[in-house]
Amino acid sequence: MLADLYNVVNVPTIFWIDERGRIVRPNDVAFGTDTFKHITGLESARHLTALRAWVRGETPALSAEDVKRHQPLPTAADQQARAEFGLGQWLWAQGRTAAAERHFVRGGELAPHDFTIRRGTMPMRNIDPMGPQFREMLQAWVGGGQPYYRPLPDTAAKQTS
Amino acid sequence: MAILLTETTETVLPDTRAEGDRLWLSAAELEAAIGWSSRPEGFCRANICVPVPPGREREFMRGGQIDVAALWRHLGQPLAHSADGGAWVLGTAAAERESALRSLQAPDFSLPDRTGCRHSLSEHRGKKVLLVSWASW
Repeated sequence: MLADLYNVVNVPTIFWIDERGRIVRPNDVAFGTDTFKHITGLESARHLTALRAWVRGETPALSAEDVKRHQPLPTAADQQARAEFGLGQWLWAQGRTAAAERHFVRGGELAPHDFTIRRGTMPMRNIDPMGPQFREMLQAWVGGGQPYYRPLPDTAAKQTS
Repeated sequence: MAILLTETTETVLPDTRAEGDRLWLSAAELEAAIGWSSRPEGFCRANICVPVPPGREREFMRGGQIDVAALWRHLGQPLAHSADGGAWVLGTAAAERESALRSLQAPDFSLPDRTGCRHSLSEHRGKKVLLVSWASW
């Protein structure tokens, strides 16, 4: 549900929402700890420092123009993929795992960048989401020149500096 | 029998049988399931009406029944159904999601915590919120 509402395609995905309920930092990648830093290359400290400064009112969040500029918007294929995922999830809950599998796979084909579908359905398909099939999928994706994580430019720049 | 799933509802249609990519509902079933009704001006929900394309009425209506799949596609919304036609998902169009996100107003939602108690984003209005989506895998 959250993925559909906010166009989340991977985890972790974080948002800053201000007191008026407005998104002031959209679809960014940030970790709370450095547990996975050796795998992801993303460190937690920069985001946590920025977050604390925003919460304390010491620094502003992104402007509305920047939020709109960085906000990823869903395509028709993304939404069709989510419909396929939703159907697969319902079928799986009914115990119809073979029927569910077809819709999970179709969802992943429609939105290959959506790892909430491709990786998120692995446990329902009896696939280890940390195992060899995940690593194979990841290598194929990254090997094709596509990043697995897509932090906002300022976060990414700071995190690699 | 068919099951019709939307973002917020799950409707059991005991007397409905799919015909391939078509799912014929009575007008009452259509309105109860998804809130759309058939009126002289077209298909309507609240104060929005979408005309039926002239000459294509038979694609949408047959003997007092309405093909909800044809209507949903006509509205530009995504749809998926099981191979046996027993389960249907009516999804939400990209344009609708885009419009909501472009407003910058964070879409409200409600989810249960580990004890089953539901919490909504809107409960936190007046406070800054860090929304984190995560997976335990």
